[in-house]
Amino acid sequence: MLRFVLARLALIPPMLLGVSLLVFVVLRLGPGDPALDYLRLSQVPPTDAALLDARAMLGLDRPFAVQYLDWLWRALHGDFGLSYATRRPVLPDLLGYLPATLELAGTALVVSLALSLPLGAWAAAHRGLWQDRLVRGIAVLGVSLPNFWVAFLLVVVFSVTLGWLPAMGSGTIAHLVMPALAIGLMSLSVNARLLRASMLEAAGGRHVLYARLRGLSERAVTRRHVFRNALVPVVTATGMHVGELLGGVLVVETIFSWPGVGRYAVSAIYDRDYPVIQCFTLVMTVVFVLCNLAVDVAYAWLDPRIRLGDDAA
Amino acid sequence: MIAAHRLPRSGSITAAGALAAGFVVLALVGPLVAPHDPLAVDLAHRFEAPNLVHLLGTDHLGRDILSRLIAGARTTLGSVLVVLALVLALGLSVGGLSGMVGGRLDAVLMRLCDVFLTVPTFVLALFMIGALGTGLLNVVVAIVLSHWAWYARIVRGLVLELKTRDYVLAARIAGAPPRAIFGEHVLPGVVPPLAALATLDIGHMALHVAGLSFLGLGVQPPTPEWGVMINDARAFFWTRPLLVVWPGLAIALAVLAFNRLGDALRDRLDPTLIAGRGL
Repeated sequence: MLRFVLARLALIPPMLLGVSLLVFVVLRLGPGDPALDYLRLSQVPPTDAALLDARAMLGLDRPFAVQYLDWLWRALHGDFGLSYATRRPVLPDLLGYLPATLELAGTALVVSLALSLPLGAWAAAHRGLWQDRLVRGIAVLGVSLPNFWVAFLLVVVFSVTLGWLPAMGSGTIAHLVMPALAIGLMSLSVNARLLRASMLEAAGGRHVLYARLRGLSERAVTRRHVFRNALVPVVTATGMHVGELLGGVLVVETIFSWPGVGRYAVSAIYDRDYPVIQCFTLVMTVVFVLCNLAVDVAYAWLDPRIRLGDDAA
Repeated sequence: MIAAHRLPRSGSITAAGALAAGFVVLALVGPLVAPHDPLAVDLAHRFEAPNLVHLLGTDHLGRDILSRLIAGARTTLGSVLVVLALVLALGLSVGGLSGMVGGRLDAVLMRLCDVFLTVPTFVLALFMIGALGTGLLNVVVAIVLSHWAWYARIVRGLVLELKTRDYVLAARIAGAPPRAIFGEHVLPGVVPPLAALATLDIGHMALHVAGLSFLGLGVQPPTPEWGVMINDARAFFWTRPLLVVWPGLAIALAVLAFNRLGDALRDRLDPTLIAGRGL
């Protein structure tokens, strides 16, 4: 298992290096001139002299490879430069907003799993009956509704009409409910549907027949031999949803005035605040890669074929 | 294809197909059937409730909401269809080349895909907007660049699998050039699962277009677009929630229609080839 984790970890640095190069190249190839954006955000009139000064100060007059390596060297030491707009170091600001974003994304993931697993199992146990149809209906709707729109509908129902939940802000569990549900709905729907299908498939397996022949109770058969096997595809799908969840948080945060990365990033992107855009993209990628690593580990734990196959190699 | 006839035909899927076709037609002829000019500001008639002149009412500038929704179909769905065409072209060429040629070229192209796939899709789209700027054209480019690698990967996988089939080997032994093998023997096997996948992705991409515009980073006002309309309505949301409801309903219906159609296509074509995608 340890070797499996180490092998996965070793893949991460080259991937991040590739992403850092992509980010750097695309920003330099883009139609904008960082020096011009720097002057605009610093509210300095873009005279020729000011532009030359800005280029020299930002190091834009040096060869591309030197710029990249210099930037990479500093980035590896945690220095992503100063925001053009606020003149503050980018990384500490971003890391300050990150916990709130992770809290929301994590809650959305927990909500999604906590609701989708019972719903999927319930549907599978009542195949073809109204319970099954209800869950499948929810699943079909859930993947089609825009998360930011669901957020508004939840606010209309639970804050404006019923007055049960706070419409914005953060701090208590009540603040988490609506944003987490809006963000997690997509993953919840896919997982419920997937678990239902894979439980029905696993129930037809030979190991299940054998378990029944051994005289195990129906409850034990379902729990140990059907449900556990059926979880594997759900874990795979959840790994794919992590990216969507992170994207969803960035959008939904702006609706609930959630103090996360979303608003900081959106205004930086709108303003073309290059250092913030670079740092934001890389930090979100690191979070994404680490989440995928966790999913891989969970997957190996659930399915011995994977970790044993890897250890044997 | 024999199995396809054994699957039950579901009425709701036919309905989804009709609805999806309706949205495509609306995207094509939208401005012709809109009852009013979607951009015409009429400050004397702001925030009108649904009535006979304005079937869905008017917004904060007195613009007809129904007309803006109809015109928005062209912006939102039209841009998604352009994105899809570009993503398919890029995915088929990179994935096809990678799978057919193999070797070092395959390794290089797949590492390139890996880099694009390492960044979460929506974050990559946001980053591209940061590099390119806002606006409809840049939204299209950003979404193409954040999705193409998925398609290249899937096409390559399909090509590698189809290459080992007996009829492809037979064509190779018969001396057919690689281009003919790809065009005549491999491509026909790649297209059906890819069509199902692309249909399923229409809804997903529409959500991204609307999401970017909702954040103010995509299509810019006053262009009628469903995400822009929701963003416009935000400020009046506490007193006039209906303004948010209509465009969201349009997005939801369109996405639902294309998702159901994609599900049906996937079930009727080979489900094993694309089962791993999860969405």
